[in-house]
Amino acid sequence: MEKIPILRMGDFLLVTIQVDMHDRLAMTLQEDLTNRISETGARGVLIDISSLEIVDSFIGRMLGNIAAMSRVLDAQTVVVGMQPAVAITLVELGMSLQGVRTALNVDAGIEALRESVDGPRAM
Amino acid sequence: MSRTLQNSDAARLAEVITSHEAPILEDWIKEMSGTTRRVDLIKDTELRTQCTQFLRLLRQGTESANLDMDSAAWKPIREFLGDISRSRARQGFTPTETATFVFSVKKPLFAILRERLGTDANALASELWTATELIDALGLYTAEVYLTTRTDIIRRQQEEMLELSTPVVKLWNGILALPIIGTLDSERTQVVMEVLLEAIVKTNSKVAIIDITGVPTVDTLVAQHLLKTVTAARLMGADCIISGVRPQIAQTIVHLGINLLDVTTKATLSDAFALALQRTGISLDSNTAKAKGA
Repeated sequence: MEKIPILRMGDFLLVTIQVDMHDRLAMTLQEDLTNRISETGARGVLIDISSLEIVDSFIGRMLGNIAAMSRVLDAQTVVVGMQPAVAITLVELGMSLQGVRTALNVDAGIEALRESVDGPRAM
Repeated sequence: MSRTLQNSDAARLAEVITSHEAPILEDWIKEMSGTTRRVDLIKDTELRTQCTQFLRLLRQGTESANLDMDSAAWKPIREFLGDISRSRARQGFTPTETATFVFSVKKPLFAILRERLGTDANALASELWTATELIDALGLYTAEVYLTTRTDIIRRQQEEMLELSTPVVKLWNGILALPIIGTLDSERTQVVMEVLLEAIVKTNSKVAIIDITGVPTVDTLVAQHLLKTVTAARLMGADCIISGVRPQIAQTIVHLGINLLDVTTKATLSDAFALALQRTGISLDSNTAKAKGA
């Protein structure tokens, strides 16, 4: 069965979605990701959707759910690299993904995660 | 009026035009020089060529004994009139003048018909009616072509304006500005949104400033469009600041009950720019500004 790889980078988990998401794949990802977070004790999750070109409301809701679930497991989620067309589609669908952090690219996403995870420690 | 009668009328019309082409042409040009001739816009020789061509094509049309203007027999004359209408519109003729060019052929044509059928009142009446119908349709066709040409021009200009009116300006590394001038409607918002988001990706910008100083009024629809743009930019990971909110617009927004709480708004573009610099972690002072800006 098709699976989306979840890579570990230090304290963070990196998910790169490079295929068209269908509903079952999204559900599998949700399950795998929550398992990995609790296994590894990751502090942050980075979801790169720069190759994702088609979204529907289900995928949008899934992104929101993943962020909420990670928060419960004490990990921050940042969604990076959303394409303009995808952003417009989600807005037109009425999904503003409140509560999901976003960044322009992986670099900016890692930086944002570091800030939010290391920030309190430095203080 | 029965079809066969009309057809015989058409055939007689064709015959009359063939046998009296020269006198009709002369009278027609004379007629035009009285009323609608624009010496400043068209040369004598050109007018004469156009008239000759028109009579020849009219004869061809009537010879087909088919009075349906959309049929193939009338295609050459419709194309010819279309060209005339377009070129005259460019030369500065009014649509009335162009249509009158066609209508004015009636007088010489009717004079000849009266000469030929003077005693037969019935035949004359039906012949005149057929000719009038024909020439009216041709004259109106020129007006129609004129209008279509105009509409095309207007539409093209609108499209050009739409493209011109959404420039995205890069203010600094990672800071974009989008000054909006004129009313925001759905179509334009779509363009604005697309242009802005594409620019965000291309320039890797963290902050985008939407300046609405040039937007005359903000109603619920415009505010909704703005919020959509801001949300889409946020989804991509860029912050949006709305600047240039005039006092009247601030009052309208509050009176309409529009919720702009989630959006950062600033009164002027410079305030927004200062905030954008702060957010991207750039600080300016008068000594380093030159070096950094270079």
